[in-house]
Amino acid sequence: EKTKENVFSKLTKMIAGKSTVDDDVLDELEEILVTSDVGVSTTLKIIERIEDRVARDKYLGTSELNAILREEITGLLEENNSADFDKLNINDNARPYVIMVVGVNGVGKTTTIGKLAHKFKQSGKKVVLGAADTFRAAAVDQLHIWGDRVGVRVVSQQMGSDPASVAYDTLQSAVANGEDVAIIDTAGRLHNKVGLMNELTKIKNVMQKVVPDAPHEILLVLDASTGQNAIEQCKQFTQATDVNALALTKLDGTAKGGVVIGISDQFKIPVKYIGVGEGINDLQLFNKVEFVNSLFKN
Amino acid sequence: MFDNLSDKLDRAFKVLKGHGSITEINVAETVKEVRKALLDADVNYKTAKAFTDTVKEKALGMNVLTSVSPGQLMVKVVNDELVELMGGNVSELDIKQNPSIILIAGLNGAGKTTFTGKLANYLKTQKGKKPFLVAADVYRPAAIDQLKVLSEQIGVPVYTDYESKDPVKIAEAGIAKAKADGNTVVIIDTAGRLAIDEQMMNEIADVKAATKPHEILFVVDSMTGQDAVNTAKAFNDRLDFTGVVLTKLDGDTRGGAALSIKSVVNKPIKFIGTGEKMDAIDVFYPDRMASRILGMGDVVSLVERA
Ligand SMILES: Nc1nc2c(ncn2[C@@H]2O[C@H](COP(=O)(O)OP(=O)(O)OP(=O)(O)O)[C@@H](O)[C@H]2O)c(=O)[nH]1
Ligand SMILES: Nc1nc2c(ncn2[C@@H]2O[C@H](COP(=O)(O)OP(=O)(O)OP(=O)(O)O)[C@@H](O)[C@H]2O)c(=O)[nH]1
Ligand SMILES: [Mg+2]
Ligand SMILES: [Mg+2]
Repeated sequence: EKTKENVFSKLTKMIAGKSTVDDDVLDELEEILVTSDVGVSTTLKIIERIEDRVARDKYLGTSELNAILREEITGLLEENNSADFDKLNINDNARPYVIMVVGVNGVGKTTTIGKLAHKFKQSGKKVVLGAADTFRAAAVDQLHIWGDRVGVRVVSQQMGSDPASVAYDTLQSAVANGEDVAIIDTAGRLHNKVGLMNELTKIKNVMQKVVPDAPHEILLVLDASTGQNAIEQCKQFTQATDVNALALTKLDGTAKGGVVIGISDQFKIPVKYIGVGEGINDLQLFNKVEFVNSLFKN
Repeated sequence: MFDNLSDKLDRAFKVLKGHGSITEINVAETVKEVRKALLDADVNYKTAKAFTDTVKEKALGMNVLTSVSPGQLMVKVVNDELVELMGGNVSELDIKQNPSIILIAGLNGAGKTTFTGKLANYLKTQKGKKPFLVAADVYRPAAIDQLKVLSEQIGVPVYTDYESKDPVKIAEAGIAKAKADGNTVVIIDTAGRLAIDEQMMNEIADVKAATKPHEILFVVDSMTGQDAVNTAKAFNDRLDFTGVVLTKLDGDTRGGAALSIKSVVNKPIKFIGTGEKMDAIDVFYPDRMASRILGMGDVVSLVERA
């Protein structure tokens, strides 16, 4: 809290009483944003907004400035995250509600699934997990341990079997068991590997044979410590699978995850969840105001 | 995709073309483009600034040379400086001891366990060593199983203890077993941890103190952004690691984190990971990384165009 206010008050002091923003202020702002992984072009966009705002409002008092800075940055997120998800919002008519989780290697997909399953279970839903990462060493075991922890069923086949077939099985048994939510884990894959990206499209198509409008949610998991490459990840995964929600993990570290500001602005995909630890309860719903505030911490 | 630096510099060089020498004014324009490209490549903000300041100074100092165009000069200055910063030559692993102890450390999901397997496979197949693995991650679900599967894939023994929750004891017991069995390299896989997690950082410092490793390798995801410097510095302050491993370079990241880490801890990058399979490991070549960050595979052709 204290250090966060320091950055704001430093900026505020620099801008207060001026009708234009001078270079020192912009440099300071640029440094804060770029070092949060916001990226050069999004940073320039934000700075333009501030300049416009300052020019339009002419005189700016100290008290208004904090708010303006926050507002303008939040704006880029706000346009696409029109309302923060105040609860786990899933379509109750879709049963099972199918979530397919995708992303590059090691970002936290499997862990996020475990935490998410716990949240759904707590809210009274019946959950089943599908172990469609049949490639990475011990990936199936890892998901089973999460299933045991949470107390939900896991559908799996042998390592090396066809991931699409696991996804298919999972949905079939979810329908048979009357489960409310089915979450499909997939193997980590780098977005520039065409064959692996096509595999995702196939998994998706196969699921539709069981539940025609599945998957209802395609959750792309991004690691908060990732830099500008996250933009390309988002682009390629969206092209292959129509990603419609983002999860930002590892925000309990020092990385700020600022790259999602540009992503949210450019792709119009809302950030839905954040990961703040390795434990079962370390998943939160994304809150844009808190997120923007955290950019200005230390 | 990013505009790559060659395009950006080409644009900036238009400013330079037609001028016989590098002046404060025209170099400023080019340097701005270089800096932007570095930031797009995830080079740390401060590192990029310091880097371009140096480049600017060097370029201005060289404006007496009239045999080359200013554009050519700038490309050369930028590339040379980057290669130098990345570290001149390939840095070897210290595996002379018997057994040599190698401790693996890094953030969650960076690729430590996978690299542990790859390194063992590399030392076994390329260096004639008898590697031995130790599974000292007691936290991540199925971490031990993961290393066990890899050890079977590569045919290298592994020490596991599913009951113990003490990485120090596991590491010590593992080393004792490795020695008794006549192995020549011991590689200890550890849990992913955040640099700000005091307890976990203490734990790995304890593992270091107990095992006295000859090499401590800091494994980092090449897609890491601005935070790379904080993390690398914190791990280095705590562990004084001997080298860096850059993983997932089979992706399309520019990998600017490599430059940031090098400049903040000044430790050599020793290996790169280029895939999920056990043979997807390579020694690190500084010049290749410099080109990758700049986004110019072929510096020469750029010079010719400038
Ligand atoms: N500190 C922290 N660690 C996390 C978080 N989410 C996941 N992790 C850790 O990150 C590492 C990788 O997580 P996984 O869930 O296995 O990642 P994944 O995307 O499934 O990985 P692959 O399937 O191998 O691609 C593990 O050590 C997790 O405990 C988080 O929010 N904070
Ligand atoms: N494409 C690619 N994937 C890699 C590379 N190295 C590791 N991976 C993948 O990255 C993911 C995480 O790797 P792990 O070895 O489990 O990472 P870790 O650092 O041990 O993770 P924790 O123990 O949970 O902290 C897995 O999906 C690996 O297959 C690489 O060089 N290229
Ligand atoms: Mg996984
Ligand atoms: Mg591991």
